[in-house]
Amino acid sequence: MRHTITVLVENEFGVLSRVAGLFSGRGFNIDSLSVAPTNEESISRMTIVTRGDEQILEQITKHLNKLIDVIKVFDFTDGSAIEREIALIKVTAEDADRAEVLRIVDIFRANVIDVTPKSYTIEVTGAPSKIDAILELLRPLGLKELVRTGPVAIVRGAKGWKG
Amino acid sequence: MKLAGARILLECLKLEGVDTVFGYPGGTVINIYDELYSFPEIRHILPRHEQAGVHAADGYARASGKVGVAIATSGPGATNTVTGIATAYMDSIPIVVITGQVPTALIGNDAFQEVDIIGITRPCTKHNFLVKNVKELAEIVKKAFYIARTGRPGPVLIDLPKDVQVAITEFKYPDKIEMRSYKPTVEGHVKQIEKAAAMILAAKKPVLYVGGGVILGNAYDELRQLAETLHAPVTTTLMGLGSFPEDSPLSLGLLGMHGTYYANMAVTHCDLLVAVGARFDDRVTGKIPAFAPHAKIIHMDVDPTSIRKNVRVDLPIVGAVHGVLDKLLKILEEHSDGVESFKAAVQPWLDEIEGWKAKHPLSYKESAEVIKPQSVIRKLRELCDPDAIIATDVGQHQMWTAQFFTFTKPRTLLTSGGLGTMGYGLPAAMGAQAAFTERQVIAICGDGGFQMNLQELATLVQNKLPVKICIMNNNYLGMVRQWQELFFGKRYSQTVMDLPIDFVKLAEAFGATGFTVTKPEEVAETIRKGLATPGPVIMEFKIAREEQVLPMVPAGASLNEMVLAS
Repeated sequence: MRHTITVLVENEFGVLSRVAGLFSGRGFNIDSLSVAPTNEESISRMTIVTRGDEQILEQITKHLNKLIDVIKVFDFTDGSAIEREIALIKVTAEDADRAEVLRIVDIFRANVIDVTPKSYTIEVTGAPSKIDAILELLRPLGLKELVRTGPVAIVRGAKGWKG
Repeated sequence: MKLAGARILLECLKLEGVDTVFGYPGGTVINIYDELYSFPEIRHILPRHEQAGVHAADGYARASGKVGVAIATSGPGATNTVTGIATAYMDSIPIVVITGQVPTALIGNDAFQEVDIIGITRPCTKHNFLVKNVKELAEIVKKAFYIARTGRPGPVLIDLPKDVQVAITEFKYPDKIEMRSYKPTVEGHVKQIEKAAAMILAAKKPVLYVGGGVILGNAYDELRQLAETLHAPVTTTLMGLGSFPEDSPLSLGLLGMHGTYYANMAVTHCDLLVAVGARFDDRVTGKIPAFAPHAKIIHMDVDPTSIRKNVRVDLPIVGAVHGVLDKLLKILEEHSDGVESFKAAVQPWLDEIEGWKAKHPLSYKESAEVIKPQSVIRKLRELCDPDAIIATDVGQHQMWTAQFFTFTKPRTLLTSGGLGTMGYGLPAAMGAQAAFTERQVIAICGDGGFQMNLQELATLVQNKLPVKICIMNNNYLGMVRQWQELFFGKRYSQTVMDLPIDFVKLAEAFGATGFTVTKPEEVAETIRKGLATPGPVIMEFKIAREEQVLPMVPAGASLNEMVLAS
């Protein structure tokens, strides 16, 4: 089962390495990882997508909490959070395909950010499932290159992580 | 007051109550050593290998309950500490290891004697710090000690670049430390503890399964009170030996791979397993689906990651075991009727356990021709001081010590359980002796493990640490040989170490005393003489070569599928 975990960490030297090392050392997998400072500069936020059953998730969460630099761990698998991801997609497109690409871009409210006679580079933002969907449609037309950021997540409602 | 980083470090150690450090100088710690030269408040002991220095800090910590401290230089000095750090990490021992580092401007430059020790020790330290600015040094030292000794204890490494040691700043040691990212749970949840009391009083076949956490958490008095109040049988792990007196009729001794028949049977047949400060390690559980199959499990531990990691738990209680047991005892006090009827209901179970004890006690075949290691251990126990501290190395002798010594006090057994580090015994004994100059400290080693850190004989003699070393010499790498005998058709591949070493000459070469004994009838006299001789002593016992540690639960088998002594 896919899990999206958000980890708030002290913005200290080596923290990313610690978390990544924890996952690799214990055999937990990382599907994607995104990290950046929060509105408080001393705190960074990591969003990790991982896979595993309930017991694995419990172990991952407990081990993350055990790390000295980790302030708080949130598990956003239950759907209480909004997830967004950006993808930059380079599609080969010639002749008749070019119109089809633009139609797909329009349907997904994506943007063309680069164009050559043989290709389009598309920027699309959305929930991971939306990204997966547009990729499904673009794949038969010829995916030259794909760059995804991995999702970040934020809880719905008025409260911040502190309350 | 404005001080240089090297001086600040020592002042911080002093304020943390450190009076002994084990360290080895080098280029990137020479400034620290210059300060140490005129710092009489800290006693410095020089080992002959940094690994031994860290094991000594570890032994010091296990014996005294204080945080052990070791110092090493950068590069090879730092990498030599890694095995010692990993040993402490696996057994949750509070030590702080300080390594020198090349100047900050050279970090990442493949400088002389530079290694990324922070990267290397990330997976085997509780935490580590690279001090990039002398202004953060005092706070980092305070944090390091706080992290090492609180929650589930563990080793912390401080990497200190040379230019930071030389830089000068105003020294102020923080009074308190509070870390928003580290708040170990200390108090167990009262509702959980109440449930535990209810589960206990409803049980008919309880077993208390006690681990190293009870000793680390100084909860042995409470544990004893619990066992005696309930009249419940107690089995301990290797790390828990000494937390409950093994000469009590309630003691089942060691459980697990080389545990006693009756401990393993009790765990297999119990209906309630109360785990206190133990982590259900694979050496203890055997095949997990067959582990305590009829039991409800209560797990009390300060570390939530240990709970439900290997074994499903019916009632988890996260908290320092000292406080949890305290609360539990108070609740049981209010239910004295329940306790009385519990004790009556449990009597048939205690009788059943007595039956197992009678059927298969720990045993070995005594011999008049060749020295049996088990009898050396028993004799040693008879003749040593009642509060002697025993350090073991790793292997068959370690298991025989765990089985036959009969530990009755906490912090009297220093042994590498989690990592199983050969070479641990002698330096750990050294550390314990430094902590308790007046107590008898005995290192029990195999011939293999002894050779891994034998250079520390020099440290013992130079620092007048009168450790008594018992070498159980069978000229084999015993434990591996046993496995090769049982599972690999006696193909003793590279486990034969039959070079005849003159251990007496070896001892004398360093300025110590040596004794060697081959005849069983001379064992007692040798031990008496050895223990009574002042200064460091080696007693070599030429023991039976192919003796097995039994019982044994083979890998992959369940606890009740033991190979027993015939």
